[in-house]
Amino acid sequence: MINPTVRSLPPSGIRKFFDMVTEIKGVISLGVGEPDFVTPWHIREGCIYSLEKGYTMYTSNQGLLELREAISRELDTTYGVTYDARRELLVTVGVSEGLDLAMRALTCPGDEVLIPEPSYVSYAPCTMMAGGVPVHIPTSVEDNFRLTADRVEAAITPRTKILLLCYPNNPTGAVMPKKELLAISEVVRKHNLIVISDEIYDKLTYTGEHTCVPSLPGMRERTILLNGFSKAYAMTGWRVGYAAGNADFIAAMTKIHQYTMLCAPITAQMAAAEALKNGRSGMQQMVQQYNRRRHLVMQAFSEMGLHCFEPGGAFYAFPEISATGLTSEEFAERLLMEEKVALVPGNAFGPSGEGFVRCSYAASVDDLAEAFRRMARFVKHCGVKVKTVVNL
Amino acid sequence: MKEILELLEVNAKLTEQEIAIMLGMDVEEVKQKIKEMERDKVILSYLTLINWEKVGEEKVSAFIEVRTTPQRDVGFDSVAERIYRFPEVRSVRLMSGTYDLAVFIEGRTMREVSHFVATKLATIDGVVSTATHFVLKTYKQDGVVIEDDEEDRRLVISP
Repeated sequence: MINPTVRSLPPSGIRKFFDMVTEIKGVISLGVGEPDFVTPWHIREGCIYSLEKGYTMYTSNQGLLELREAISRELDTTYGVTYDARRELLVTVGVSEGLDLAMRALTCPGDEVLIPEPSYVSYAPCTMMAGGVPVHIPTSVEDNFRLTADRVEAAITPRTKILLLCYPNNPTGAVMPKKELLAISEVVRKHNLIVISDEIYDKLTYTGEHTCVPSLPGMRERTILLNGFSKAYAMTGWRVGYAAGNADFIAAMTKIHQYTMLCAPITAQMAAAEALKNGRSGMQQMVQQYNRRRHLVMQAFSEMGLHCFEPGGAFYAFPEISATGLTSEEFAERLLMEEKVALVPGNAFGPSGEGFVRCSYAASVDDLAEAFRRMARFVKHCGVKVKTVVNL
Repeated sequence: MKEILELLEVNAKLTEQEIAIMLGMDVEEVKQKIKEMERDKVILSYLTLINWEKVGEEKVSAFIEVRTTPQRDVGFDSVAERIYRFPEVRSVRLMSGTYDLAVFIEGRTMREVSHFVATKLATIDGVVSTATHFVLKTYKQDGVVIEDDEEDRRLVISP
């Protein structure tokens, strides 16, 4: 009865681990892909006020114009890319919906979509559900999990249509310097590809400045920019994001959106508008805290003898655990069972994540310290030489 | 330097080593800076915020509006000084508005606090009048919600 494409989708590698973790008590989880902060109060209060005023109706398909105008201003002032709020912006139910819309709007059966790997879990399934063929480009720790223009070029075939980018990256925390993105954008233009750029972690960039893909020369017209409020403003559960691109792309995506979603929830849109209006300093404080924890995490891994390249963005570290002699899954399972610390095995994000684990530092300093004490004990147990017992 | 203070302000238990790692600084440099700031009275004290009720300790605190006669040359300072010397006094602030000094007092019983106000505070030269407000419940203090029921409600694993 089930559609064969859906049947053939692999179950999420995270699901199995999730079931295992929920059965154990006293677990410190560093496996969470969302901020540990609650949405700042002024944003929650803004939403409550909107409900009191009776904002409970549909919005236009594209979303509240006021919100689209605020997004347009934000992109202009931050990155110097201008989008017409009326024709080139669409408010979506998170980046997840934006990605699905972009895939469905662009992909014809058999079109190949280049996906750098390790990658977020939904990219390949969304490609397949849209009739496309995911083509993974493995990235490696030697390149700090950056994508290189050579690797993109090497993966291109006559059927290649889309390159999916996600920097700062989930799960690796890798960021792309402007120079390398420029080189990639040349390849993209040469082969007439379209880029879908998921920049949900843009504000969480700690080393250097984030480069917004459509701000690169010649890229605005061939890029669909996806972003949202989940990570920067700690608004994951609100499910609100946006897509920006040329009017043709956005019109096509809006068509699908209007028949499937109608519009993003108005309460979430109201909250997002408040976030853009008054949320900058609160957001910057959260980013500063992530950055401090990032330093703690780097130090902890280095002290326990696990190599970890420096993540420049997001709130993930992606340490190499092969020195323990365990696979990613064995490491994650045994760490969970023996020390009650939950991480996500790297292979949940594709085969090139094997030998790594994803460690989120969206957790309190106290929890991080305790988790690393336990992890250091475990790693030492596995026979890895520990420099000094971590004392955070 | 400002960053060290920001960290210590919310968690005085952080070690110099932790602070150094978080800020990407040298441990010795952090130690030095903290020492300097203690010496210069930038850092005045490392206090602990305690919910005494939880250990069954009865405490009574009151906020007192104090009106004073400012004195030549020293203004409000000398009256304030006479008030803050008492150990019962937790804080003294000069305010704009209808009264001059906002004084917080802590004692074991209401009688003790009233007695202090009547015999010690109100009788100070330069104090014109006092108005005592007893604290019924503290909801938030120094940025900390006293009975915070917000917990981590996130899923334990998410992509």
